[in-house]
Amino acid sequence: MILKLAGVTKRFGAVVVADNIDLEVARGEALGIIGANGAGKSSLFNLITGVLTPDAGTVMLAGQDVTNVSLRKRCLAGIGRSFQIPRPFESLTVFENLLVAAEYGREHGHRGANEFCGSILERTGLAAQANTLAGKLTLLNRKRLEMARALATQPDIVLLDEIAGGLTEAECHELVDFIKQVNQQGVTIVWIEHVVHALLSVVSRLIVLEFGRKIADGEPGAVMHDPEVRRSYLGIDEEVAA
Amino acid sequence: MGGVILGVAQSIGARINPEWQILAGHVVFLVFIVFRPRGLFPKAVEPCPKPLPPLLLAKPGRPAIGRVATRTSRVFDVVAIIIVVALLFAPAFASRPLLQDLILIFLLAALALFWNLMAGYAGLISVGQQAFVGLGGYALFALIMVAGVDPLLAIPLAALIVALLSIPVGSLVFRMQGAYFAVVTWVAAEVFRLLLAQWRDLGGGTGTSLPRSATGDMIGLQFISELFGVRSAAAREIIIYWAALFTIVLVVAGSYYLLRSRIGLGLRAIKDGEVAAQSVGVSTTRIKFAVYIFAAFGAGLVGAIYFLQTSRISPDAAFSLLDWTAYIIFIVVIGGLATIEGPIIGAIIFVVLRNALSGFGPWYLIVLGVLGIAVMLLAPKGIWGNFSQFTGVHLFPTRRHLEISETREDAK
Repeated sequence: MILKLAGVTKRFGAVVVADNIDLEVARGEALGIIGANGAGKSSLFNLITGVLTPDAGTVMLAGQDVTNVSLRKRCLAGIGRSFQIPRPFESLTVFENLLVAAEYGREHGHRGANEFCGSILERTGLAAQANTLAGKLTLLNRKRLEMARALATQPDIVLLDEIAGGLTEAECHELVDFIKQVNQQGVTIVWIEHVVHALLSVVSRLIVLEFGRKIADGEPGAVMHDPEVRRSYLGIDEEVAA
Repeated sequence: MGGVILGVAQSIGARINPEWQILAGHVVFLVFIVFRPRGLFPKAVEPCPKPLPPLLLAKPGRPAIGRVATRTSRVFDVVAIIIVVALLFAPAFASRPLLQDLILIFLLAALALFWNLMAGYAGLISVGQQAFVGLGGYALFALIMVAGVDPLLAIPLAALIVALLSIPVGSLVFRMQGAYFAVVTWVAAEVFRLLLAQWRDLGGGTGTSLPRSATGDMIGLQFISELFGVRSAAAREIIIYWAALFTIVLVVAGSYYLLRSRIGLGLRAIKDGEVAAQSVGVSTTRIKFAVYIFAAFGAGLVGAIYFLQTSRISPDAAFSLLDWTAYIIFIVVIGGLATIEGPIIGAIIFVVLRNALSGFGPWYLIVLGVLGIAVMLLAPKGIWGNFSQFTGVHLFPTRRHLEISETREDAK
């Protein structure tokens, strides 16, 4: 197990963003997360990466308890993440954004940092913007940069938060191919996405969140046909439909 | 409850000495705000797991280099060397008032550059840098008058002492963030002001002057005096001028080098987003703390040189919020935050204005205020910041430019 959550709970006043969540992710797995807006998907990422500290429960990374460990140490322990609302370093260029991650991430200060960043930029479709200020990027490119920067830290597990929205069909194909490649190289993927067809072409397992609770977990085909999921996420009430 | 503790502390202070009453109040405030900001029992932090062996994600890409320098900056590097050499020989032809103005410009620009590193990059808004300027001055006086150290040697020693003192001070004030950080830095400065006012050997609350004998046999004084054919007071000023010039060159070169280094890259990332920076592995606290100590060292250096020149120190002058923080903020804001050029330009403007308006009394402060407001409205990034944005000119570029070559290495 590369990632293991046990009984993770987080409340903001009366709102429960994570309600006793148990989750195990195996090394090399590709896991998808879906759920309506406000279901607690991004909060779950924040709990895993350390932006939020859970009220109860533990987060284990590769067998180590990281529940109260800093963001930086979790990064060095192998978690990379993209933010749903992109947080690029706006006064740095796209290349420098990756360079920060490459030099401070896991294999910090390695000699080939320039080549390494250049290669990620080419493969995420950002090479032409390498020397543009990140603050001047379009939303689409900001999302690409989020993923590229997460990968530049050389993570073992990467958490992707809604990166396919707004892409053309061709761009979506490219993205899916790229994420598959990353996964094939042994990087574990956890991907939150509303573009379900893109998600399903990558992941081998799907979980569904509703009001901070995990309501389904399993093989994507079966999960998508689960009546409760159809009601919660797709808004299809089987009884009314029948 | 807080009132009771404060009252008890102040009355204990008052028993010893009326002045200790205020001091005790400050210390209690500082101790409480710093040690109990988040309740009595903060959660324990688990140790971090060892990093797993990293995966090599990318195949070898095309050879690429990250360039920093631009053509303008290469030309400017030469110009900068010429300027520094010219300034080095300035005592041979410049008048004493001009030298004094230059000393002030160098010292204020150095302070402004340090404040800029903290506020412009590390997000540390300190209004307590006067603590370290004052400590630098007092450390210098103590070294000369109590320990009998040569004045010239005492300058770097005083700065070192201040840097050492800034470590415990920093570990206290770093427990606070944002506005609280600013308040605590100010309170810390006040504590030092009140403490040093108790030091009778250095004049207590009214301050003291350096005896003429203490600086009479300063290293190099006689040599300079003979070289330029001037009296010892003028020779002393030339030595101080060089010390100030050395300081500003060191600070500009040091910040430039720092911002181009790996730490500088991290610092620039912190400026744009601390959470994002932590998420990619930047040790934000460590970098910010290092900048804080570096800035304290610089403020100590400036304080030591400044008070060696004036030869007189008092707690109110040494720990002046207006002189060592408010004016410095003005200089950075009108020059341009988060640039190296801005604070230098701001310091020149400030000293020129000060001289031009010296005969107008309170109008001086009114003009400064109006100028500050005008710059904020018309050029919110400061004079240099907006100029640089408009023209694309960077005299001290820190941006790294990626150049990917056309041939693939594995295709050879």
